[in-house]
Amino acid sequence: MAKAAAKKSAVAVPPAERRPALAGQELSATGVTLAVLPPAERISLRAPDASVAALSKALGVTLPRKPKTSAAKAGRTALWLGPDEWLVIDEVGKDPLADCAEVTALHSAVGISHRNVGISVTGPAAAATINSGCPQDLSLDVFPVGAASRTILGKVEIVLLRTASDAFRVECWRSFSDYVFTFLSEAARDAAA
Amino acid sequence: MLLIRCPYCEEERPELEFRNAGEAHIARSPNIAGESDDDFEKFFFIRSNPKGIIYERWRHMHGCARFFNAVRDTVSDRFLMTYKAGEPKPTKLPGAAK
Ligand SMILES: [Zn+2]
Repeated sequence: MAKAAAKKSAVAVPPAERRPALAGQELSATGVTLAVLPPAERISLRAPDASVAALSKALGVTLPRKPKTSAAKAGRTALWLGPDEWLVIDEVGKDPLADCAEVTALHSAVGISHRNVGISVTGPAAAATINSGCPQDLSLDVFPVGAASRTILGKVEIVLLRTASDAFRVECWRSFSDYVFTFLSEAARDAAA
Repeated sequence: MLLIRCPYCEEERPELEFRNAGEAHIARSPNIAGESDDDFEKFFFIRSNPKGIIYERWRHMHGCARFFNAVRDTVSDRFLMTYKAGEPKPTKLPGAAK
């Protein structure tokens, strides 16, 4: 009976309602523009070596194996976070969690679409703006286009992805997003000065 | 700022991304309940606290999140080398002062 009830409720669960944090906020300063990005589908993926090929096939993007790298295909980006850990972001509304559900190889995929907020930082002063709170070397030699890393900004943890030579995507937890956007806004004004 | 080489990220990263996790290579007894009070005290509380070379666990907390081991000089605070968790205690240290 318990089993039947569980099955029934699994079918009845409606999709979670979106309540985006800081939706649509933007800030422009000389040389840098900040924008809160639209909602995206995201998963936190953990998997051993033996499962990577099957998961890559199901997700349609090859999970990167090299530290501090990412791979992107058809609106979906896989970011290397650790030796067995990836952040997968889908910006075209296709849930990567559903794709992983079809994979029988050992893995753990956790939906974190609503946990994160993405903020774009673009313009010639983008790196200087992020560097005001992030201690990593963001020169193009060391942090090239496509580089991705979990790191820190000020007092909080972020995931940083370089999308172009003068553009970054900052991913942070939604409860930190107000702090991150305010921090970047102050930094943008400093970088412009 | 100190730069610490993470053996999993394969590069030096700023110290703010890391967290110290105590002395390394301390083996937990497989029969911990059978330990005498004296032996348990040694395992649980007593650390070598050397002046000089120490083997420590570190975690790349705000990076790849992995634990690894580091050899550090407690006098100069210089990191001599780092290596992956589970690898044996290195016998030869690069540039170590005798
Ligand atoms: Zn690391």
